Amino acid sequence: MKNKHPYICFVAGLCTGFFSIYYIFYLYSSVAESLHFTLGNSNGVYYDRDVPRHIHSDEDRSVSANLSQNVRLLCWIMTGPKYLESRTKHIRATWGKRCSKILYMSSVETEFPTVGLNVTEGRDQLYWKTIRAFQYIYQHHRNDYDWVLKADDDTFVVIENLRHTLSKYDPQKPLYFGRRFAPFIKQGYMSGGAGYVLSKEALKRFIEGFDTGKCTHFSSLEDMALGQCMETMKVEPADSRDVKGRQTFHPYPPEKYLIKQPRSKRPWYVWYDHYEPRYGPECCSDNAVSFHYIYPVQMYTLQYFTYHLRPYGYKHRYNPDVAAAEVDSNITTSVSG
Amino acid sequence: MLSEGSSFMKGMALGGIFCLVLALLGSFTPGMQSSSEDHHHHHHIKAASKDELQSLSEHQMLELSQKVRVYCVIMVQPKVLVYWATAKETWSKHCDQAVFYSSESTKALEAVDLHEKDDWARLRKALSHAYENAGNLRWFFVARPTTFAIIENLKYLVLAKDPNEPFYIGHAMKSGELEYVEYESGIVLSYEALKRLVNVFKDEEKCPERGRALWKLSEDKQLAVCLKYTGVFAENGEDMHGKSLFNSRSVSSLIEESMVKNPQNVVEGCCSDLAITFNGMSPNQMQVMMFGVYRLRPYGHDFHDSLMFFPPEGSDND
Repeated sequence: MKNKHPYICFVAGLCTGFFSIYYIFYLYSSVAESLHFTLGNSNGVYYDRDVPRHIHSDEDRSVSANLSQNVRLLCWIMTGPKYLESRTKHIRATWGKRCSKILYMSSVETEFPTVGLNVTEGRDQLYWKTIRAFQYIYQHHRNDYDWVLKADDDTFVVIENLRHTLSKYDPQKPLYFGRRFAPFIKQGYMSGGAGYVLSKEALKRFIEGFDTGKCTHFSSLEDMALGQCMETMKVEPADSRDVKGRQTFHPYPPEKYLIKQPRSKRPWYVWYDHYEPRYGPECCSDNAVSFHYIYPVQMYTLQYFTYHLRPYGYKHRYNPDVAAAEVDSNITTSVSG
Repeated sequence: MLSEGSSFMKGMALGGIFCLVLALLGSFTPGMQSSSEDHHHHHHIKAASKDELQSLSEHQMLELSQKVRVYCVIMVQPKVLVYWATAKETWSKHCDQAVFYSSESTKALEAVDLHEKDDWARLRKALSHAYENAGNLRWFFVARPTTFAIIENLKYLVLAKDPNEPFYIGHAMKSGELEYVEYESGIVLSYEALKRLVNVFKDEEKCPERGRALWKLSEDKQLAVCLKYTGVFAENGEDMHGKSLFNSRSVSSLIEESMVKNPQNVVEGCCSDLAITFNGMSPNQMQVMMFGVYRLRPYGHDFHDSLMFFPPEGSDND
């Protein structure tokens, strides 16, 4: 067959050939771009996509890892079906995993996973939930802990700082830690929202109290009622403040304490504090343990501030070990001198 | 059919060869417009890597820590007095020198009164003043008091860079053909960049004082235009994972966004560990930020950083 349109075929071939090579160049140069290292004359301008995405390659966690092994902390979160998605989920995604073990206590068992306690939901059921939760833990996890933390589903906790505080005490002693409030109970009681911790012995006594009838459900105010049982069972409220006397457990978010407010504007709860409250920077320890009324955005924000964002090379003013050593040496000099 | 095919093949061969020849002659680059030393390419700038720093001795590191000194140019106005006061009480204490430049004087706070209402003219005056009063400071950070900056991380970014080279760094944005550093997330200038800028201020053609009458550009774009004439181009400050170090939004805003985009990995997917700036926070939030950045931390997590920065004198919130 004779070629009817040789010219057109030729031109078509020309275009095909030209653009094929063009396209090959395009592919080649885009591949080259992504592998391209440019060390410009301004040293430090480089662009490598292949740095592995592991976090904190220059962080040394040996001290906190050591504490984690030696201080067995079981955490339980007071929650309910209504809040699993909107709050508790975010605890599970952030600080929950740092506990030696974490249990989510609810009225219904689910695959969250939550433990279903023999209670109903509601503000007036909170102390029942607390009693049942501790009984559950004592029954099923008696040998899994040295200390037990109770927190709400809107509490943010820095577990390492809590372990650091607890490491100095003997869990076989009847002790209880938290934000100490003064009213209603002679020896005071620990704020529920800020979270509180019972030693192994304290928990044992709490259970005994209910078994023997020495402790009862006399009120639905969970934290105050538990405080009464602690007093009855001769469990001692410990001082959770840091070496500089700054609070570590906080029943409110950081801004409520860090910003100095005039006396008239101070919220009612400051009058509850057992230890003289402080405002401004002295309110809160660098090694803070908890904040309350922390909703998901703030939870992740605090997580970012605590574990991620930092000023490179900064030599912090407060070093708990140095401060503690200073206190010890002051004691010895005043004793000997 | 066969003869059509052969015409086609001949054409294709010729077309391909033609394209190759053109490419090799270099007069025409197919594919992406990329060349390493061409400044029209978007530059990314990162801090010196750990390996680069390891090669320096401890003595050199200490020397370098002390040598990187930042002059903060903070552009204030009495109408934002509360932000001015907050900046003074918080992050600006970490600058080696923090100077507040105001549009008008006020008894409440101390500033260099520039007697200038026009934003661009005022910025020019402030930068000229900073250049003249730099002393031995070689890095300049320009911001408004609504921005929060972590100066230590800025120092880390520019640590191994020579301030006698022109650097203009921040959150780089593009407006048409112009690449500029966004004002809201802070602007970093090396001594050389500022020197060239102050010189080009004298050129009314390239860098007019009152801006172009009809087409008023924002100050950050004006700055980019003037710097471009001196051969200085905007660079985007990033960490080693490519995350922006300069942010025009607040931490909460970025976290909220990350909760939607990376629900399984909210914090890691959000912001850099060594972020330098955030913007859009209230004065109270900035106070909380001081605590969050400089104090709040977990016991037992230590970083073996290669630099040492000490807390400022007479300050209690860091």
